[in-house]
Formats: sequence, C-alpha cells, structure tokens
Amino acid sequence: MTVDRSSPGAETPVLEVEGLTVELDVPAGRLHAVRDVSLHVGRGETLCIVGESGCGKSMTALGVMGLLPRRARMHARRLMLEGRDLLSIGAGARAALLGDHMAMIFQDPMTSLNPVYTVGNQLEEIYLRHGKGGRREARERAVHLLQKVGITAADRRLGQYPHQLSGGLRQRVMIAMALMCDPVLIIADEPTTALDVTIQAQILRLLADLQAEENTALILITHDLGVVARVADRVIVMYAGEVVETGTAQQIFASPLHPYTQGLLDCIPIPGRTERGSRLGAIPGMVPSLVGKIEGCQFRNRCSYAFDACAKDAVPLRSLGPDRGLRCLLQQAPIRIERARHPAGVVE
Amino acid sequence: MIRFLIHRATIAVLVALTVSIIGFSLLRLSGDLASALAGDSAKPEQIAATAHLYGLDRPLYEQYLDWAGKALQGDLGTSLFTNEPVARLIGERLGVTVQLSLMSLVFALAISIPLGVLAATRPNSWIDRSALGLSVFGQAIPNFWFGLILIIVFGVTLRWLPISGSDTFAHFILPTITLGVAVMPAFMRLTRTGMLDALESDYVRMARAKGLSTLSVLFKHALRNAILPVVSLTAVSLGFLLGGSVIVESVFALNGIGFLAFQSIIRTDFPVVQSIVVFVAILYIVLTLVADLINAYLDPRIRLG
Amino acid sequence: MASIEQELRHPTAAVGVALELEAPSPRAVMRRRAMTHVGFLTGGAIVLGIILVAIFAPLLTSYDPFAQDLTKRLIPPVWSAKGSWAHILGTDGLGRDYLTRLMYGARISLMVGLGAATMAGLIGTTLGLIGGYFGGKIDAVVMYIVNVKLALPGVLVALSLISVFGGSVVVVVTVLGLLFWDRFVVVTRSVTQQVRTNEYVIAAEAVGASRTRILVGEILPNVMNHIIVIASLEMAVAILVEAALSFLGLGIRPPTPSWGLMISEGRNFMFFQPYLVAIPGVAIFLLVIAINMLGDGIRDITAPEGRN
Repeated sequence: MTVDRSSPGAETPVLEVEGLTVELDVPAGRLHAVRDVSLHVGRGETLCIVGESGCGKSMTALGVMGLLPRRARMHARRLMLEGRDLLSIGAGARAALLGDHMAMIFQDPMTSLNPVYTVGNQLEEIYLRHGKGGRREARERAVHLLQKVGITAADRRLGQYPHQLSGGLRQRVMIAMALMCDPVLIIADEPTTALDVTIQAQILRLLADLQAEENTALILITHDLGVVARVADRVIVMYAGEVVETGTAQQIFASPLHPYTQGLLDCIPIPGRTERGSRLGAIPGMVPSLVGKIEGCQFRNRCSYAFDACAKDAVPLRSLGPDRGLRCLLQQAPIRIERARHPAGVVE
Repeated sequence: MIRFLIHRATIAVLVALTVSIIGFSLLRLSGDLASALAGDSAKPEQIAATAHLYGLDRPLYEQYLDWAGKALQGDLGTSLFTNEPVARLIGERLGVTVQLSLMSLVFALAISIPLGVLAATRPNSWIDRSALGLSVFGQAIPNFWFGLILIIVFGVTLRWLPISGSDTFAHFILPTITLGVAVMPAFMRLTRTGMLDALESDYVRMARAKGLSTLSVLFKHALRNAILPVVSLTAVSLGFLLGGSVIVESVFALNGIGFLAFQSIIRTDFPVVQSIVVFVAILYIVLTLVADLINAYLDPRIRLG
Repeated sequence: MASIEQELRHPTAAVGVALELEAPSPRAVMRRRAMTHVGFLTGGAIVLGIILVAIFAPLLTSYDPFAQDLTKRLIPPVWSAKGSWAHILGTDGLGRDYLTRLMYGARISLMVGLGAATMAGLIGTTLGLIGGYFGGKIDAVVMYIVNVKLALPGVLVALSLISVFGGSVVVVVTVLGLLFWDRFVVVTRSVTQQVRTNEYVIAAEAVGASRTRILVGEILPNVMNHIIVIASLEMAVAILVEAALSFLGLGIRPPTPSWGLMISEGRNFMFFQPYLVAIPGVAIFLLVIAINMLGDGIRDITAPEGRN
C-alpha cells in the first residue's frame, strides 16, 4: 500500500512502513507472526489497527518500535520516521528516538510500571534521559502532564507507587509518560482493554484531545470496533498476520469489502446500522496456524464466499483508491447474508 | 507492616523457645549423660556422684529452667573441660566465625551477582553455560575435600598461602574460598533466574520503550527487582554459615565457635555444646526476622501496603 | 498475542472445521524427552554404573576391603612410577587395596543417600500434605515445626546425635533423614494447596470420600513428580553430609569404607600421597553430579515449565 503523494496538501507522513515481516522460531517450525504489513500515518491523524487476538497487530507495533522479543526476527523494505530511515540506524540512535520522538502506551499499566519506583521517578527519568532539562524542569513537566491527563493532586501522586493508584489513574500516568518529550508519534496498544467501560470512554476522549492539541500522529491498536468508530480517521484490518483491508473509518463502516471485516461488523450492534430484533453474527472457526508454509488466503476456512482459487496462491493486496485496499479474490462486494445459522445475540 | 512484624516476632519467640529446649536436650538423649562423663570403668557411686555434681540427677524441666534462667542473664555455665565460663569461650571465638562467614558471603556475592546478571543477558551463551557449570560444581563438590585440595595446591605445592590458624588475614583466604564456593551456587541461580524473569517483564519492556540506556534498564530497573530474594537469602545464609562452618574450621584449624562446638561434642562438654547450639539457632532466627524486615522495606508494595 | 502462544503448543489444521489433532499421550511425550535429554541419560548412566559396581563389588575385586597388609602400605596407583597393576588405585596406610575400598564405599554412600532421602521424603511429604490440605491452625503448626527445624544448626545437631547414639549406618541414615525433610514440606505443601482447589478434589470431597483416600488418591499423584526431583537432590546432599561427618570422625565408624572416612584417613599422608585424598573425593563429586543431573533431567522430562 503506497502513499499517494500526488494528492494536494499531502505532506510527508510521520511514519512510513513498507513490507514489515516478523518471524519467530518455535519448536513446531517458523511462526510468521506479521506478513508483509505496510502502513503510514500523518500528523494529527489517528490510524486504528483492528483485528482479533493473535492477528499480529501488537507484534507490528513492537516491530516498528524495535521492541520485539529476543527470539523474533524482523525485516522491512522501508521504515521511516519523519523521513528518517530507522532500518539503517544503530541501537544507540534507535534508543535515542524511543520515548522522545516515538512513544508507546502498553495495554496493562499495572505490569508496565515498575513497582519499586515512584510514579514521579518513572516520569522524570524519560525527560532526563533525553536531555530535555534538569531535575527541576523534569519535575515541573511531570506535574504539568499529570494535570493535563486529568489527575488531581499531581504533586502527591508523584511520590506514590504504582500499586497505590487505581487502574484508570495508572493508564493516565502511562499516557503522561508517552507525552513527556512531546513525541510526533504515539502508538497505543489496546489502551482501554484493561479498564472499566466507564473509564474507557474518558481515556479515549483524553487521547483524542491531546492528539488534537499537539497534532501528534496516533496509531491505536484495538480489537474493539466500538473504539474504532469513536476515534479512527483511517483503519487497517489485520487477520492472521497480514493486512486484509484498509480505508477511512467511514469507508470501512459503511461499505466493508472483506468478508472478515463484514463479519466483524456483524458481531457488534452499531447504532444506525444494525436493525432492531436482528441477530448478531459470529464468525465460526478459528484462526489457522501460522507456522510453516502458508498458502492461499488464510481466512478461507471461515469464509462463506470461499472458492477454489482461494486455497492456491497468495492473495495480493489490491489498491482500490487512495488509502483504500483489499486483499480478497472476490470481484464485487459480498452480499450480506442473513446470519440465522450462527446467532451470537439479539439486538433489542 | 507493624502487625506483620509483631506476628513474625511472636512466632520467632515461640520457635526460639522450642529450639532452646531441643538444644538443651540434645546430649541428654542417650539417657545417661553422667555415665558418659564418668567414663567407662566408673563404678555406680562415681556415676551418681558425677550426676549430682553437674545437677544431672534433678528432673529435666528443672535443669532446663535453671539453665534458661541463668542464660537470659548472660551466664551460660562453665565448660567441663577448661573450667572457663562458656560465655567467655564463645565470645573469644565468635569473631573468627563471624569474619569467616562475612568474608565467604562477600566472596560468593561478588562472583554470583555479576555472573548471574551476565548469564541472564546472554542466555545459552558460553557465559551462561559457564555460570551454570560453576554452580553445579560448587554444589557437588564436598567442601571439606575442596579445602584439602586447596591446601595441597596453594599451601604446600605453591606455598602461596598459610594453611592453618587464624592469625592474619591471609589465613582466611583459603577457608573463604572453600566456604564461598559452597554458598555461591544458590545465589548465582537466584540472581540469574530473577534477572531472566525481570528482563522478560513488561516494565523492562516499558523501560526500553522509553529509550533508557542499557545500563539503566539492567541495573536500575531489572536488577532492583531481581535482587529482592537475593537480599533475603543473604541474611538467611549468614545465619546458616554461622552454624555450619564446623567443617571448614576443622579443616583449616580455625579457632571459631564451630570448631569449639565440635571439640566439645567429642569431649561431652555439654554446657558448651548446648549453649552454642542454642546461641547459633537464636542468631539464625534473628537474622531471618531481619531478612523479612529488609524484604518488606525494599518492596514498596509491602512497605506501604 | 494469546493465540500465538496457543499456536506454539497446539498447531491446528486449517481446512473446514478446526480439527483436534491427535495429541500423543503424556507417557509417549515423556519417553521421547527422556531419550533425548543428555543430562538425564548421562547422569542416569553414571548412577546406574555406580550402583552396579556397588552391588557386584565382590565379583569385581578379589580383595577384602578390611584385610590389612602392613607390608604393602601406601603403594601408589598404577599410573605412578612405583605403581603396579596388582593394585590399580594403590593401597592405603594399612595396606588395604584402595580400589576395593572405593567399590565397597559406594555401597555406604548409596545406602545412606537413599535411606536418608526416603526417610526425609516420608516425613516431609506427610507434613506437607497435612499442612497444605487442612490449612488453618493445622497448617500453622506444620509451619511452626518447619521453622524450628530450620533454626537448628543441622551439622551440629547431627554431630551431637551421632556422638550420643554411635556411628552405625542405621543411626547415620536416621539422623540425616531427620535433618533434610524441610524442602519436601515446602514444595508438597504448596503443590497440595494448589491441587486442593482442583475440581476433581472438590468432587471427591463432595461425594464423601475419606480424607486419606483423597490425600493419597488425588493429591499425592500430582505431587509425585516434584517429590522425585527433590528426593534426588536431597540424596546428593545426604551423601555429601555423610562424607563430611565421617571425615570429622563422627559419622560412619572405621573400618567401614565410607568415602569420607577414607579421605580422613588419607589426610595424614596427604602431602606425599595425595591420591589417598584425591580419589575418594573425585568419587563423591562424580556421584553427586550424576545424581543432580539425573534429578534435573527428571524435572525437565516431567515438568519442563519448572525450569528456566
């Protein structure tokens, strides 16, 4: 999926990824966790990567940040941050960018915060490490950001330990951490999954506000289409390690082209789209094994429209317009079939 | 945290009490300590006289209470062999044992922690295998024998170091190595495992995501968490070393309380034996309590509840 | 991410409905692991070798380990200048063939090791099962007993007891068995606490099965793997401690050929005939390492999640 540079007003994207692949060697063979993923995101833009657990979206993020586990191997044709080639720089230069130009918010704030240091310590160390200022400035910045993310009594919070804060507060601290050095890119991996539903909305709104303020590029990884509906500008749908559909949020919700995307949308009630009294869908089957040789479309065993060609060769990602892509052999949009066979719930 | 301490302290006192009773009874288990003291060819009257002399004809609980009462005031009885106060005997020799124990601990830690950290950062490398190999070696080798080998090699063949007595610092080198090698494996494995876990953890991944330097990630974040159990083990090991140095002290003729205990056992000098056993046990109990305290203090989750 | 972890364990077939692959039985899996585990095989072979030597000692050597011959004192081993093939490992200070004493000494080490480990295992496992299963006050009592045992200086207590009761093999095994059960308790207790909440245990309780039946029938099998591993480690420790006690003179009594005793006897001649000290030490070292490798191997084979 290449960037359409010809459209008027297009500027250099903050992040450009082309052909990202991540492999792990496991006892059963070679696991292809991420297969030829390409994406880009620009200033002030929110890109959502959607998919179910295990589809490779977290690995993609870790690959971009350079934080993959030891046994994993990553290749990419292109990996550029603000025009800077990340593939050719060494570990030291990479570490200088992390936390400063690009920051990540992880899923579980309880385990991502070190239990033996105070919140203030863990905030300030980012500022100090990247040489943004001295101790006092670091502390002031920390207080400022804690207030900004909606934490009252910020001074007191600085001296507290992670276990003394509630889940919602901890996630706000994580967001504040990401903002310490004013990065141009923030990757948030399921930032609301570990939180209560009521807090989820607050956190999402917070992220959206902060992004608008600083014009940060935001990549938000989630399996929850509700979240996507709320914040996404553009969407990438991933399945079994590869991108199966891309588009703007509007395009994905209004006219999903890939049977998987359709299936996902059928699984949740969407105001204005789902009819009252209809049954929610469910996608039968399981994600196939990604170990060893991979042939054909990986969704075929769960797809109602699959035909012979789907099993043979690799299905290419077709470009259907600027930022619109589809990896499927179907020549036209699949017709919505009544999913009476596999009810998952009924919409009241 | 205060409640936790009071709870632990109460149990400690109970355990100490039980231990003192057991230690007191050890040499009396044969049922006839008086005969053993009087000798093989002693006649019944002599045995009775011996029993009366040492108060062995009184009921056991009376003997215990009498001894315990005096012990709490610092009077641990008198050695049958040298006629000196036991407390003084222990006091004179305690320094040697403490010095040996501390030096051995320092030696063991100085090797285990760096090696454990290094091994964890390069799993399955030659460093990792060497560290584990060293750990296996230290665990399997009979430490008295290792001491003898060191004596043969360094004391006799090479003549670099003295091999008996405790006069100078140099006299402690071979014993320290011997005892240190025995203690080191547990620390090495604990550090390595702790670091491996820490390095896989989410908070270390977070630290890397912040762009922190390798040193900062390793030491400030990973090791600080991995070291908690090692600190506890150090305190506990100190207690164990104070009581278990008998063998090394004997091999190197170091005049510590372990060697004194050994000699006293052979001589059936029961006042000395029971005092040392109970003294060492109580020291161990106190050190375990200290270890709990340190652990609670170092972990903010326990310290602040 | 969760499903990738699942993939690592159970790769599923793709076509149509997800198939349940026929998983190999746990026994078969363990056997395969056992046949390829270097440590297990090596350790096992060495231990087996030593056991066979110990059992068949009278057939392997024509010498009597107790027969003294003062005309043949201190003959060095065969690789030394004055050595001969008549006494492959030489003779000791009383003219006894060293290789023979070494072989018979293996019996002592193995008997003491197995006996002490078994006894400690019985005591510790029982305590652990009781404490872990019943919990509450009973558990508190068990932990109190463990704490008392931990506080006592093991070596000093052992020396005292042996000085009182004498240095026969039975006494030594008993004393050591009374010293090493704490690790059994800790592990058994924690495993019991975990297993206790398993459904089949609750089911058995609901049906009204007797406590003993539950402990022995449901919980014990789960604990067995751990017990075997710990037993092997404690056996190695028991062998080392027996050697140390015998070395000090308060262990196995002479003229029984305990390896520790042989080192002690050889100490007098250490400077000119170091082989008297070196050879039994190497034997102890070899046996202990082999047992440790075997124990680690068993753990890897039966529960590889336990290691790093």
